[in-house]
Amino acid sequence: MYRSHVLVCGGTGCTSSGSGAIIAKLEEELKKNGLEEEIEVVKTGCFGLCALGPIMIVYPEGAFYSMVKAEDIPEIVTEHLLKGRVVERLLYSETVTENGIKALSDTNFYRKQHRVALRNCGVINPENIDEYIAFDGYKALAKVLTEMTPEQVIDTVLASGLRGRGGGGFPTGKKWQLARNLVKDADQKYVCCNADEGDPGAFMDRSVLEGDPHVVIEAMAIAGYAIGATQGYIYVRAEYPIAVQRLQIAIKQAREYGLLGKNIFGLGFDFDLDIRLGAGAFVCGEETALMTSIEGNRGEPRPRPPFPAESGLFQKPTVLNNVETYANIPQIILNGAEWFASMGTEKSKGTKVFALGGKIHNTGLVEIPMGTTLREVIYEIGGGIPNGKQFKAAQTGGPSGGCIPAAHLDIPIDYDNLIAIGSMMGSGGLIVMDENNCMVDIAKFFLEFTVDESCGKCTPCRIGTKRLYEMLEKITSGNATLEDLDKMEKLCYYIKNNSLCGLGQTAPNPVLSTLRYFKDEYIAHVTEKKCPAGVCQDLLTYKIIDIKCKGCTACARGCPVGAITGTVKQPHVIDTDKCIKCGACMAKCKFGAIIKE
Amino acid sequence: MAFKKSVVAFAGTPEQEAKLKAVIDAEKGHKGALMPVLQQAQEIYGYLPIEVQTMIAEEMGIPLEKVYGVVTFYSQFTINPKGKYKISVCLGTACYVKGSGDVYNKLSESLGIKGGELTSDGLFSLEACRCIGACGLAPVMTINDDVYGRLTVDEIDGILAKYRG
Repeated sequence: MYRSHVLVCGGTGCTSSGSGAIIAKLEEELKKNGLEEEIEVVKTGCFGLCALGPIMIVYPEGAFYSMVKAEDIPEIVTEHLLKGRVVERLLYSETVTENGIKALSDTNFYRKQHRVALRNCGVINPENIDEYIAFDGYKALAKVLTEMTPEQVIDTVLASGLRGRGGGGFPTGKKWQLARNLVKDADQKYVCCNADEGDPGAFMDRSVLEGDPHVVIEAMAIAGYAIGATQGYIYVRAEYPIAVQRLQIAIKQAREYGLLGKNIFGLGFDFDLDIRLGAGAFVCGEETALMTSIEGNRGEPRPRPPFPAESGLFQKPTVLNNVETYANIPQIILNGAEWFASMGTEKSKGTKVFALGGKIHNTGLVEIPMGTTLREVIYEIGGGIPNGKQFKAAQTGGPSGGCIPAAHLDIPIDYDNLIAIGSMMGSGGLIVMDENNCMVDIAKFFLEFTVDESCGKCTPCRIGTKRLYEMLEKITSGNATLEDLDKMEKLCYYIKNNSLCGLGQTAPNPVLSTLRYFKDEYIAHVTEKKCPAGVCQDLLTYKIIDIKCKGCTACARGCPVGAITGTVKQPHVIDTDKCIKCGACMAKCKFGAIIKE
Repeated sequence: MAFKKSVVAFAGTPEQEAKLKAVIDAEKGHKGALMPVLQQAQEIYGYLPIEVQTMIAEEMGIPLEKVYGVVTFYSQFTINPKGKYKISVCLGTACYVKGSGDVYNKLSESLGIKGGELTSDGLFSLEACRCIGACGLAPVMTINDDVYGRLTVDEIDGILAKYRG
């Protein structure tokens, strides 16, 4: 029995900010003070509040230490763990009250969250199967194998209303039903997991794999039982080394416990799993491309039908779901379809995990019931926009999604509402932008991404996205006409309607949604040759404001091309012909006398 | 398209070749074995020059053009060697809106190379990556296994100096 547990986040965010060194130091200090028998250090998955990492929680007090450094560890050990005095200066400020520590669940960041998929992340040690089992792990698999027929499993998932969390939102139960029934006499079927989280800025799948890998294994075995498959593949990004390693450990442990492999639970059901690493191709998030990649080919999509439920991996009936979708399955089996369906909106049940990023205080992972408004997520959970800036747009759905303006902040978030306002759920990246972000530049950023990631198989996507990118370039360099805007919009619809797979069909969305809500910015670029947000270099001019300039010469000395002239203690001047718009002068000026417009 | 050959002469050792053969023997016969073999071959050699691709093609009985097709499709496979220090700047959305584009340009300027290239002393290579998932630390770059977060353009030269030693 340990009298105290210290949970340290070992997710990618906190590992990147140095949690590995903290754990090592903690273990060293505990040993030095003879506490290693009394206090257990647990390396967990992600707590969600990545902005404050590295994060450490000490139980039973529930003291939430944030931005911990290795130098702080001796103090935490001698003061808190030895003498029982919480080190207040290191606590997350919001948890400090006059009457002691406020529970984490009462803070703004966590209060409106409801954790289903992330239930075990930041709670258990993901490298220890016993901890997963202690939190009802593999109980759903046991229930399915002993008490339910495959049809009952499918009916439960159907009734829960669970829809694919990878972006498309296809009903999961329906997918399973098709894979079970479409081909009656298949000699082999497969269950696949899409962990090729390619949407830049979304990292919920990675956090589940890092923080709770067994939940995916358990859910895939349940899916295998439901559709009649004995083999599964997890296709995971090679850029996620911690996730891959924890998955490997988890699969090994599950095999040792007889929870994977032959004759699971001694009940005659066989199911095994293999990991396949991606190699950096966004298109492999598309289901047919993913399967082609597992087969060892260039990850190009193929036309559907036939759908994977009929002819998928190695031409066999296949079910493919994403990580977050699977993470909901064991809870649905244990708590029932009604429980799950009681959360969310009419057509979007349950919860959704979002990765909050960009211009927002509390960057990190949040899980909220469907139907929560964007305003609640950004201002209450996310803590609003830093530096007193104005909210401009929230981008959801990554390169396939769109930008949502302030006017739609009060729309309840669900699949259908997001599509209605020109964006989409996607895998759940939610990037906040403020007045300093140029929406034309953002659209161009996403198009650059899709041009790069287009696999090249079909012409509308390969050539269309390239042309679209060039049009955006024309706009941001001040060479476009209003006619180009119309042409661009037409091209968007052409690409959407004619591309082979989801990548091309959604690639124009960032352009269309910014055209819809921020047309004035496009027009400013075209007619006034100005970038209102001050981002597009070609349209900017740097200027010195006479009355603010003290003539300190710092800017002239900092200018790499000698474009600034003036005498000491007299206002300086920028020669706009020579200026290369590098911004060095602006960074050097201590008086705020240099502006760009 | 011209046949892409590595710019550096191939200098594989017999030990590396033995390792590669062992990998191929272990994977051969599995369905879809080419990707795992290529991934492990890149770990052994650091890159996948045409010589390595040829060995894989012959050992596995897969046409060389298919091997080459797969290698050039995926951005993680490289036919050119990487620097001793691999610099990777995240240009994912969260990092981009916080200014990682400026960080990338500054690196390119300081090193005198573009993305995908190697400095002439073989010390640094530069590439852009898509989201390593440390969005809370945006903007982020990695140099080998070291992660640098909340970067500003001013810090770049100081960080590079550490590696130049």
